[in-house]
Amino acid sequence: MHSRYDVIIIGAGVVGCMTARWLSRYALKILLIEKSSDVCTGATAANSALIHAGYDAVPGTLKAQMNVKANPMWDRLSEELRFGFARTGAYIVAVGEDEFQKLDIFLDRAGKNGVSAEIISGEKMRKREPNISPEVFGALFVPAGGVCDPWGATIAAAENAVTNGVELRLDTEFQDFLWSEHEPERIVGMKTSQGDFYGRWVINAAGLFADEVMHKAGVRPEFRITPRRGEYFVMDRNQIQIQNVLFPVPNAISKGILVTTTLHGNTLIGPNAENIEDKTGVDVTPEGMDEIWEGGKKLVPGLDRRHIIAVFAGLRPAGNAPCLNLDVDYHHDFVIEIPDQVKGFVNLAGMESPGLTAAPAIAERVVELLQEAGEGLKPKADWDPIRPARPVFRSLSHEEQAALVAKDSRYGRVICRCESVSEGEIVAEIHAPIPATTYDAIKRRTWLGAGRCLGGFDMPRVVDILARELGKDPLGITKKGHGSEFLFRRTKEVG
Amino acid sequence: MAKQLKSQYDVIVVGAGPGGLAAAISAKKNGADDVLMIDRDLELGGILLQCIHNGFGVDTFKEDLPGPSYAQRFIKEAQGVGIDYLLDSMVLDVTSGRKVFVTGTRGGFKELQARAIVIAMGCRERTRAQIGIPGPRPAGVYTAGLAQRWVNVEGYMPGKRFVILGSGDIGMIMARRLTFEGAKVERVLEVMPYLTGLSRNYVQCLMDFDIPLQLRHTVKRIIGKDRVKAVEAVQVDDRWRPVPGTGEMIPCDTLLLSVGLIPENELSQKAGVILDPMTNGPFVDDGFATNIPGVFAAGNVVHVYDLVDWVTKTGLTAGRRAAMFAQGHCNENPVFVPTAAGENIRYVVPHRIDPETLTQDTIMLQMRVTQPMEEAVLVRVTDGDTLIAKKRERYVRPGEMVSLKLRERDYDSVRHAKELRVSVAPL
Ligand SMILES: Cc1cc2nc3c(=O)[nH]c(=O)nc-3n(C[C@H](O)[C@H](O)[C@H](O)COP(=O)(O)OP(=O)(O)OC[C@H]3O[C@@H](n4cnc5c(N)ncnc54)[C@H](O)[C@@H]3O)c2cc1C
Ligand SMILES: Cc1cc2nc3c(=O)[nH]c(=O)nc-3n(C[C@H](O)[C@H](O)[C@H](O)COP(=O)(O)OP(=O)(O)OC[C@H]3O[C@@H](n4cnc5c(N)ncnc54)[C@H](O)[C@@H]3O)c2cc1C
Repeated sequence: MHSRYDVIIIGAGVVGCMTARWLSRYALKILLIEKSSDVCTGATAANSALIHAGYDAVPGTLKAQMNVKANPMWDRLSEELRFGFARTGAYIVAVGEDEFQKLDIFLDRAGKNGVSAEIISGEKMRKREPNISPEVFGALFVPAGGVCDPWGATIAAAENAVTNGVELRLDTEFQDFLWSEHEPERIVGMKTSQGDFYGRWVINAAGLFADEVMHKAGVRPEFRITPRRGEYFVMDRNQIQIQNVLFPVPNAISKGILVTTTLHGNTLIGPNAENIEDKTGVDVTPEGMDEIWEGGKKLVPGLDRRHIIAVFAGLRPAGNAPCLNLDVDYHHDFVIEIPDQVKGFVNLAGMESPGLTAAPAIAERVVELLQEAGEGLKPKADWDPIRPARPVFRSLSHEEQAALVAKDSRYGRVICRCESVSEGEIVAEIHAPIPATTYDAIKRRTWLGAGRCLGGFDMPRVVDILARELGKDPLGITKKGHGSEFLFRRTKEVG
Repeated sequence: MAKQLKSQYDVIVVGAGPGGLAAAISAKKNGADDVLMIDRDLELGGILLQCIHNGFGVDTFKEDLPGPSYAQRFIKEAQGVGIDYLLDSMVLDVTSGRKVFVTGTRGGFKELQARAIVIAMGCRERTRAQIGIPGPRPAGVYTAGLAQRWVNVEGYMPGKRFVILGSGDIGMIMARRLTFEGAKVERVLEVMPYLTGLSRNYVQCLMDFDIPLQLRHTVKRIIGKDRVKAVEAVQVDDRWRPVPGTGEMIPCDTLLLSVGLIPENELSQKAGVILDPMTNGPFVDDGFATNIPGVFAAGNVVHVYDLVDWVTKTGLTAGRRAAMFAQGHCNENPVFVPTAAGENIRYVVPHRIDPETLTQDTIMLQMRVTQPMEEAVLVRVTDGDTLIAKKRERYVRPGEMVSLKLRERDYDSVRHAKELRVSVAPL
């Protein structure tokens, strides 16, 4: 028996999930497939979490257009989907006079992109961020910059899509397209690791693998994605707190090594930018760690290596698509298109930074593209834009905590000592519309294990809770899906 | 168990390991009527419950006990003298006004007031991030204490083939334990040129089981995306940099880290307790009083002890002083004599001594050295040119705490001293 859909989306990163959520308001039968055991495990899982204002995107590119369009969407989006977002503003910090001169370039770019920005003095910068280097000469302040919880945003978008009727299939890998037997160059579905699925439209949102997917469709054979690694340090928030988003003056390749604060109050340092071969190579390296440390120290000299609590790396899906606007000499633009060569295919690729920021605008653009292609998208009367929030123990006042525990005692048992995540929260995520079934899935939803002990305290407890709630043997509980089991056997079973 | 939780206590003890147990018992015996112990675990005893090996209590009981038996003696005594306790309950907040906020499934969320508080939260283990091991983040990288809990408390094996990084005690003890359970421990790697744990553990846990220890070696890289597949070991030079050409791939499925403990003082900081960056524990006086009036510290929360007997002693002192404070007996404006770390001494605990209370408890100066000295040495306490106390040791090693007891005959010079500087030098 073959399932038939109107739309099949490949990839549950922020782009795929936002697209699913945007399309879920229309009367369409939608399938979202993801090869991992959870949503939000690709590029979206490890990045700087910034909602860029758009001051540095090259004017005239699709990147600039999507960035600037998306930035103001995040306030409403975060209210509807109830995830963490704060419009903190951002600073490009000039260390020394030479760098200060360069700020004009970005002030000018910001102006061309229609982003408001102002240059402030070193003194003013130091007043706003006392930990910053005394050698800071001045800064460009961009009020529209923000910080979000990328895990929260992506998972909430996926959940809202699912509650509005989208079908999500995890552990399902796209393998190849199915083509029409009657009409040339028309895609009618796909082969996956879990069988065949038929759909009138297939949307490529495969992140780092978007080039391979489009090549299978015979689109843009010259297009290549290069994984560009960025490494990070997370600092103990009890030891140092940076209040602002601090960029260095950017270089040609990337925005540079920044020092920012996460929504949880931890200082984040990184990323560097290194092109690698392996699309799954999220290693941290000694060279990379030295590089980002040096970069961080340039802006905040008081950083102390003893206060590092986590190290991680992410991969930017850097593409090589030329800007459609021929007047602009730029070769790393986003691809957002319905290509002419094939029918039934929407192609989203080259989603390096600011892909997270741009995702809601990209999703909206997909709606327009489908309409332009003749889809008479009919809004559903019962579409609900709200994803209800679940209680987060640590963000409640003592009175609210008391009330919550009185109502459900499972919220009274703290499982993650550093981030104060309760059993109630974990159980709620295991039974949520998109069930969290692995340790990392729970981590992404609750922030458990993301503190200074890196889960050393909570791990056995979470394995227990997962086993109990899922009705599984603890031996079958994994960190991030099949092959990442925590435990091998019971003791006394030597063999 | 606390039958009926009161809202006010003379002394509240946070943490019911050996430090907290001793403090609670001592507080009760010294006149505090209402004493409450709170622990987030399901049972009293702290980390001892997972330390099922022996080696506990040689000093206190002149017996070589497994951890749980050592704990049991104090648990029985605590129950005997009528101390209330609250288990499965996490203390979320402690204020400088000595309010304690606690949450648990049975007691619910509670705000309690104490006249005096003893913090005894023990310590946590240093992680992979803190030592910056390169590579991806697969399952199978665990701290040694986590593996110990899995094996000894939960009854599961977290791996089949292990490499252990760090020659700390927990790592060595786990090397033996895992071998007993049929696992293969390939090797213990230690970045320093010397052992960081106790020598007796090296003999009993590694040598006796032919588990190789490689000094001046570390893990250069972890291999494996979903689960650890191997680690690359490498030799390091004097500045801890990898020596080129010495890399060696060791196939394994688990990397255990035994790379140090950090006193768990996040709660203390919430109460305004100031920490010594050398120990990561509070600055304390000879009664284990912190800078916050009425807040005392006991056990590993002060600094990492290698023997439980010392932990118990700190608890006895801290508990008694807390009881006195709760009853309004305390020295209002003490003029402290500070201690100081001299030659080859990393730190000294306590940080200051109140000359008025010298006679109340036995006063031990406890030190860790910076460098090992494998020869007879003299540990000296001086005030300028004046020698106040001294002690011989056959050797000193960073992994083994040095203790020096102040005797009654030293008290007079202590009273008049400007500082007590401790140093170690060859005899
Ligand atoms: C170091 C770094 C810093 C960044 N900082 C920022 C920032 O501050 N602000 C910002 O706006 N952007 C930032 N970005 C960019 C941003 O993270 C990405 O643009 C965005 O996450 C891309 O989302 P995506 O959904 O396209 O890709 P992904 O999140 O990678 O999602 C693609 C999904 O497709 C799945 N998939 C792939 N192949 C298949 C298949 N064959 N079958 C089924 N599923 C498949 C993958 O498993 C994956 O889950 C940064 C990126 C990096 C790496
Ligand atoms: C693996 C290992 C092997 C050892 N081997 C030996 C040995 O052979 N011989 C020897 O003499 N010593 C040994 N020791 C040392 C000795 O066990 C410790 O020094 C001692 O247990 C420390 O006692 P403590 O009370 O300070 O801390 P712990 O025993 O760690 O107790 C602290 C307690 O505080 C609780 N707690 C912390 N925070 C909170 C909170 N917020 N709310 C509620 N409760 C909280 C914890 O649950 C815990 O129960 C060993 C230690 C370890 C870890």
